Amino acid sequence: MPSLGADMEAGTLVEWMRQPGDEVTYGDIIAVVETDKGAIEVEVFEDGRIDRILVEPGTKVPVGTPLAEIVGAGQAPHAEAAGEPVPNPASAPPPEVTKPAAAPPAPTTLLRASPAARSLAAEQGIDLGTITGTGPSGEIRRADVEAAEQPAMHPSGPDLAPMRRAIAAAMERSKREIPHYYLTHTMDVSGPQSWLEHYNSGHPPAERILLGALLVKASALALRVFPEFNGFYEQGHHAPSDAIHVGLAIAIRGGGLAAPAIHDTDTLPLGELMVKMRDLVGRVRKGGFRSSEVSDPTVTVSALGDRGVEALLPVIYPPQVAIIGFGTPLPRAWAVGDAVAVRTVLSASLAADHRVSDGHRGALFLRRIEELLQRPEAL
Amino acid sequence: MIQTTYREAMREAIRTAMQDDPGTFLMGEDVGHYGGCYAVSKGLLKEFGPQRIRDTPLSESGFTGAGIGAAIGGMRPIVEIMTCNFSLLALDQIMNNAATIRHMSGGQFTVPLVIRMATGGGRQLGAQHSHSLEGWYAHIPGLRILAPATIEDARGMLAPALADPDPVLIFENALLYNDAGEIPDEVSVDIDHAAIRREGSDISLITYGGSLGKSLAAAETLEGEGISAEVLDLRVLRPLDDAAILVSVAKTRRAVIVDEGWRSGSLSAEIAMRIMEGGFWTLDAPIARVCSAEVPMPYARHLEEAAMPGTAQIVAAARQILGR
Repeated sequence: MPSLGADMEAGTLVEWMRQPGDEVTYGDIIAVVETDKGAIEVEVFEDGRIDRILVEPGTKVPVGTPLAEIVGAGQAPHAEAAGEPVPNPASAPPPEVTKPAAAPPAPTTLLRASPAARSLAAEQGIDLGTITGTGPSGEIRRADVEAAEQPAMHPSGPDLAPMRRAIAAAMERSKREIPHYYLTHTMDVSGPQSWLEHYNSGHPPAERILLGALLVKASALALRVFPEFNGFYEQGHHAPSDAIHVGLAIAIRGGGLAAPAIHDTDTLPLGELMVKMRDLVGRVRKGGFRSSEVSDPTVTVSALGDRGVEALLPVIYPPQVAIIGFGTPLPRAWAVGDAVAVRTVLSASLAADHRVSDGHRGALFLRRIEELLQRPEAL
Repeated sequence: MIQTTYREAMREAIRTAMQDDPGTFLMGEDVGHYGGCYAVSKGLLKEFGPQRIRDTPLSESGFTGAGIGAAIGGMRPIVEIMTCNFSLLALDQIMNNAATIRHMSGGQFTVPLVIRMATGGGRQLGAQHSHSLEGWYAHIPGLRILAPATIEDARGMLAPALADPDPVLIFENALLYNDAGEIPDEVSVDIDHAAIRREGSDISLITYGGSLGKSLAAAETLEGEGISAEVLDLRVLRPLDDAAILVSVAKTRRAVIVDEGWRSGSLSAEIAMRIMEGGFWTLDAPIARVCSAEVPMPYARHLEEAAMPGTAQIVAAARQILGR
């Protein structure tokens, strides 16, 4: 069970997308896991063949529990006959070659549920871990599952109650641990907007680019020269990240928020970045994003878009060290040279971790974003 | 309707079979002049004569073998063995001949033999007369094993058993002989299926023979506690009616198996395993068993009672499973 965020302790295996015997390669989606953040597709980090599955759908297991065993090319399969999944994670053998370096296996507790209860829970997509058993020894029986009125999480969309809890935990930790400082800067984006209008007039609707893509790309490029705003603060010091994976804060209809990554944002051409942003927004709203998208963001961008307000002061998502906010572009009376003109302006803000960086560098960073935005053709 | 007893019903079944087929005869220890050790054949010697109601020497292997030979030769013999403990003297004949000859002769010979024997404890007859070994016989391919638990089955099972071209063993729990009740004028039963003796929705009590009455009494007690117990009478111990077992357990999701045999390697173990194989995902609780204590059956009354499955133990097992 991969860790899909610092606050994640356990996840429920919802569905296997691959079966024993299937060949898998790096990046393939092999399973769907339900976490507090919603249903997440788990990618594989090894090339090889799935030897056997260790966790059944419907089972909630702690982070670090082996979900399946993968044998690499030329390796012999597991000595025991591959076959029935092991329902009890406590009896699963330790991993051999399958896991990326992650949290060590956490101690597991046996979930006692009758076969009939398991069967019904799997059918209804109900997480047994959320049910209190009323059997003679506290085991979950069929009647307990019937009594648990829980909306199905997948694929009808994310379940917001656990997501709310996850956001609460992360934001509490952020405000408790991270000494934020805030900087704001209002920038004229009329130039980039006219460039976009011109660009989009020559492209079909599906290929058009929105201002948000420029903001994300400009932020990613600026981070190349301001590494103190990228990466993680862990165990008392900052671990900068060479890769720039911008997490995109995406509001979920009905409430809730997720900020999954667009990998290597700084290297993506604008058109490709836009495609990925559209895809990600669509999937997040359906509750289906991938494990690496959830665990990998090195920084977050929160852009309010056209229907927001002038400015925001965002809260850092730990263990990241910065978050960049963009308010809604608005027409304002703006000094251009000696005259006043109506221009479209945008308020950019930076919330950063004072343990890692100082306001002087933060100001230079916001200025750098502004400069990059003024040359959209170079983004 | 006819008012009768289990013993009389069995006697009537033999009488009817003798009347219907001149090739049918009864053979066993004390079945003639004494009238049978449980008085089942009382009066039949006078009615049918010593040619057809034959007293035998105390030699189970000998007269069981003679019955097998007669059956191969075209007769329809009924062999009575006093108790199933004594049947072990005839086990070689039953297993190595009766159960195998059809197979070993490539179907040239069949053994349409019926062996009746008393089984079970509860009569202070000691460890050599009181065991329940029907589960052992249910292990043997080539045999059909019947356990009539009701007066109607006592009356009705013999005819289809005699009609079966292969050997059939009928285990009569000796505590049942005095059971009295009404049966229809004409009884017609099959020897293939289990029967639900009481409908219920919370738990299945799966049983047979001498434990049926105890299980029904347990179900009655449980109903007073708000637990609806279904009672399944297996009737046929080989071949087991898997479908009836699985249907009942799929409905109630819980089962207590009540078997007067010893627990280890018993028929109850076989039934539990079949539920695992065919009904695991329907289960809402572990399967429980109530069996005889694993001791030679004691002679002393209080110890014998303690050693055998009782209504209180069945009720307790059901409560335990349900967490009540």
